[in-house]
Amino acid sequence: MKASAGGYARAESVRHALDLLAGSDGQGRVLAGGQSLVAAMNMRLSVGDLLVDISKISELSGIAVEGDTLRIGALTRHAQVGTDPQVQAHAPLLKDAVAHIAHAAIRNRGTIGGALAHADPAAEFPACTLALGATMHAEGPDGSRSIAVEDFFEEVFTTALNEDEILTGITLPIAEAGEMQILEEVARRSGDYALVGLCLAKRAAGHRVALFSVGPKPVLAMGAMAALDAGDLDAAVDALSAEIDPPSDTQASAAYRRHLGGVLLRRAVARLKGDAA
Amino acid sequence: MTEMFRDKVDVSLTVNGEPVEARVPAGQHMIDFLRLELGLTGAHASCEHGVCGACTIRVDDDAVRGCLMLAAQADGTEVWTIEGLTDTNAIRDLQEAFVVRNALQCGFCTPGMLVAAEELLSKGGTPSRAEIREHLSGNYCRCTGYEAIIDAVESVAQGRAGKGKA
Ligand SMILES: Cc1cc2nc3c(=O)[nH]c(=O)nc-3n(C[C@H](O)[C@H](O)[C@H](O)COP(=O)(O)OP(=O)(O)OC[C@H]3O[C@@H](n4cnc5c(N)ncnc54)[C@H](O)[C@@H]3O)c2cc1C
Ligand code: FES
Ligand code: FES
Repeated sequence: MKASAGGYARAESVRHALDLLAGSDGQGRVLAGGQSLVAAMNMRLSVGDLLVDISKISELSGIAVEGDTLRIGALTRHAQVGTDPQVQAHAPLLKDAVAHIAHAAIRNRGTIGGALAHADPAAEFPACTLALGATMHAEGPDGSRSIAVEDFFEEVFTTALNEDEILTGITLPIAEAGEMQILEEVARRSGDYALVGLCLAKRAAGHRVALFSVGPKPVLAMGAMAALDAGDLDAAVDALSAEIDPPSDTQASAAYRRHLGGVLLRRAVARLKGDAA
Repeated sequence: MTEMFRDKVDVSLTVNGEPVEARVPAGQHMIDFLRLELGLTGAHASCEHGVCGACTIRVDDDAVRGCLMLAAQADGTEVWTIEGLTDTNAIRDLQEAFVVRNALQCGFCTPGMLVAAEELLSKGGTPSRAEIREHLSGNYCRCTGYEAIIDAVESVAQGRAGKGKA
C-alpha cells in the first residue's frame, strides 16, 4: 500500500514547528524519525496528515548532564542513546533498553521523543522513564511545561501531550552511587516488541519496578516495590501478578504474560544480587 | 493557513555520488523515489512497514529503512544504494563472499543484506557470529536459512582484519 500525506513542511525551529501545527486546522502531525509514523502511513492507518517534519531541528537533539539531572533531547536517536557514555554512566537502563528496540537500521533513525510520544504499550522507553521517574518537557503555543512521567502516559498510543504541543526532551535524575538498573524482557525474536518487559531500579530510597506490554500503558508496580523493599521476593511476585492486568492477543495469553512478569522479576532480582540469571 | 504545507516538496541530495534535484510527492518514501524516479531498482519495497529489511539503503553513513524515510526528508543527504556501492567496488569483497558461500538464492534480500552487513563491517574489528546475527536480525531472507550469510560476513570480517595487519 502507499502512503497518503495531506502535505509536508520542514520545520526550521521549535517556534516554526509550533506555528505549523497551529496553522494545520487540527490535521498537523509531528514527524520525527518516522519509524512508527511512516510505517502507519504506508499501511494507511494514518491518512491525510499535514506532516510537520521536526527531524532537522538540531536544538532538539543531544544529551547533557546538568547538575544532578540528565537531559536528553527529543530528537536524540536510539543509536545515540545506546552508545553515549553519559547515558551509560547516569542512566544505564536506557542504554540496555536500546539493545532491545527494533533493529540497527531502525535505531539509526528512531528518536526517544518519538518513542515516548508514540506511547506504544510494548515499547521499552516509556517503562524505563517511569522506572527512573523522568520528567517530560513540552513546548506549546502558550509556552513550555513539564509533565511528570506518572501523568504522561494515558492510554494505548495516547499521552498527556496536546495536539498543538511538541515534546522537546526529558530529564532524569542521574543514578546515585551504587544504584542498580536492570532491564529484562521476553520477545520471540531479536528486535520484536516485547511479550512482557520489566525495568528494575534499586536506589537508597528503595526499589522501582515498571512493566511494559502488560496493559494499555506502562505500569509502576507499587505492591511489588514495597515487598522488595521489605526483602520478600515471593511476596513481590505475588503482588506483581495481582497488580497487572495483561491482555491476551495473538502473541501471548494474559495468563502467560502474568507468569512472565513474575519470571522477569525473579531474573532481575537475581541480577541485582550478582547471580547469573 | 494550510498553504504552509506542500504536497510536492523540492529536494536536493546526492545519490551514489551524483547530485540529484527533484520535486517529490509529500508521502513518497525513498524506495519508490529511487526505483520509480531514478530507476535504481536494487533496493526493494516489500513489507513497507519496517519489518523485512529488503529496502535497506545507506543515508549519511547509516543503514536505514528506505521504506520508513520519506523522500522529502532526504534533502541535503548523501544516499548510497547497492548500485553505487557496486560501481565503486566499495563492497566487492563482501559481494564475492556472498557468491562463494552461496549466501543468496533468489537475491531479493541481498541488496538490503549487503548494506546492513557493510555497516557492521565498517565499524572494524571481527564481530562474533552472534553479533553478526544480531546486526542482521532486521533483514529477512526466505531462501538461505541465514547460515551462509553469516559465513560470508564472518569471512569478510576476518579477511579485512587480516589485511589490516599485513
Ligand atoms: C519493525 C519495527 C520494530 C520496532 N520495534 C520496536 C521495539 O521493539 N521497541 C520500541 O520501543 N520501538 C520499536 N519500534 C518503534 C521505534 O522505536 C520508533 O522509532 C519509535 O516508536 C518512534 O520514534 P520516531 O522518532 O521514529 O517517531 P515517528 O514515527 O516520527 O513518530 C511517532 C509518533 O510520535 C509523534 N511524535 C514524534 N516525535 C514527537 C515529538 N517530539 N513531539 C510530539 N509528538 C511526536 C508523531 O507525531 C507520531 O504520532 C519498532 C519499529 C519498527 C518499524
Ligand atoms: S520494505 Fe522496508 S522493511 Fe520491508
Ligand atoms: S536469497 Fe531469497 S530472500 Fe534471501
